[in-house]
Amino acid sequence: MSTGERTRSLRRAAVTLLAAAAAYEAVARSGFFPPALLPTLPAVARALVATTMDGTMPAHAFHTLYRVLIGFSLAITVAVPLGILMARFRPVENFVLPLASALMPIPSLAWVPVFILWFGLGDTVSILIVFYAALFPMLLNTWSGVRAVNPLWLRAAGAMGADEKALFWKVMIPGAFPFLITGARQAFLRCWIAVVGAEMIAASNWGLGWVIFDAKEFLNTDVMLASLVVIGAIGFAVERLLFGSLERATVLRWGMVRAATT
Amino acid sequence: MPHIEVRDVSLVYDTPAGRVQGVQGASFDIEQSEFLCIVGPSGCGKSTLLNIIAGFIAPSSGEIRIGGKPVSGYGMDRGIVFQDFAQLFPWRTALANVAFGLEMKGMGREERESIALEQLALVKLEKFAKAYPHHLSGGMQQRVAIARALAYNPSVLLMDEPFAALDALTRDDMQRLLAEVWRETRKTVIYVTHNVAEAVYLADRVVVMTPHPGTVKTLVPIDLPRPRDPLSVEFLAFQKQLLGLLGQQSAEA
Repeated sequence: MSTGERTRSLRRAAVTLLAAAAAYEAVARSGFFPPALLPTLPAVARALVATTMDGTMPAHAFHTLYRVLIGFSLAITVAVPLGILMARFRPVENFVLPLASALMPIPSLAWVPVFILWFGLGDTVSILIVFYAALFPMLLNTWSGVRAVNPLWLRAAGAMGADEKALFWKVMIPGAFPFLITGARQAFLRCWIAVVGAEMIAASNWGLGWVIFDAKEFLNTDVMLASLVVIGAIGFAVERLLFGSLERATVLRWGMVRAATT
Repeated sequence: MPHIEVRDVSLVYDTPAGRVQGVQGASFDIEQSEFLCIVGPSGCGKSTLLNIIAGFIAPSSGEIRIGGKPVSGYGMDRGIVFQDFAQLFPWRTALANVAFGLEMKGMGREERESIALEQLALVKLEKFAKAYPHHLSGGMQQRVAIARALAYNPSVLLMDEPFAALDALTRDDMQRLLAEVWRETRKTVIYVTHNVAEAVYLADRVVVMTPHPGTVKTLVPIDLPRPRDPLSVEFLAFQKQLLGLLGQQSAEA
């Protein structure tokens, strides 16, 4: 994307957000709903600044990010090798695929009560939910990615003396990279959604999901909305800035684009 | 002793429709530093024969010997260039593509990059060393592929219609360039093509194949001085002879 294009797309995004904010503000100020239920944007902003200044909001965000990081890393560590084994060895595929197909449609949040019974309240449940949510997109994308590696690359590499290890690290992994990035993106989005839900039910005292649930008890809608803003902002930042720049540095640079880049 | 011996090589495929004879009893020799073209109509098994020599496919019967040693599987004594531009690794620059074979040999970065750069210079692409394949034209990508196949210094270069997907003008340039590269490197080349003019321009000898089953019909030596003039009377006479040999069999079929 050129600089001009990026400026234009930023401007379009800003216009959309401003219009939505203005519409919300108009409804909030109309007096049609009680301000306690529908706080104005300045009130939300004040709550956001206050909770940020006293350190509570960053601490909540940190706890949520910590759970995501652990669960997401675990999911990648399991899914990538397993996906490669599935693509390379038919018996592994035959064994794992039915299992994945059966487990994947179950929403990760449906497991929360079960996990609470098994593991009690606390980090373990949230981390496992994140793991569950991230596992399948990463697994299936890795599997498709390795199967989509151009056989000509393997043939050319083999003819140039590549052994199994070199074929794996220098051909299959980079060859499957467009799928691996897509998988990581989908996995992150799924687990970011799941962690907030899991925290509402299973977390004690810390986490952005817990903030929303706790603030509801005291009708602190401004704090609830402030937490939503933080959840949205972090999700956006990771998705666009982290994965976006990873994609630009790799598959876009290599001309191997297949993920949506808008 | 010839550099490469092809001895009574046959390949039988099992297909749902039954057994298909792909190549039947192909035999010929290739001398050291010879440029041999294999021509034949589509489906005559000429690419299959090249794949057998490359070691990608094992023949049903017969034998290939290179330097007296029987071929089984891949070997670093052969460099291979395919028709498909996608043979280059898109995640590697032109230089890193060319250096791949040397990297597999365990050569250090500096040494392999300097050799790779020399190879790129041989195909006149040293200015594009840092470019990724998707920024190169089809002709440039095929030149990188040639440099890549030569970089680890195999004694044999196998080429499977490497210029078939290029436009006519680029193809002419590429043929000239390949003739120069061959003159400088003195590799033994086996080059598969269905383009008769290309064969007459490049080859010392031409193997003419018949289709279904693929057998060697005849061997035609092209004893024209190099560089060859594609518009000379002798050149056109060879073209006519080869076309006659190919046309005759389609009339019989």
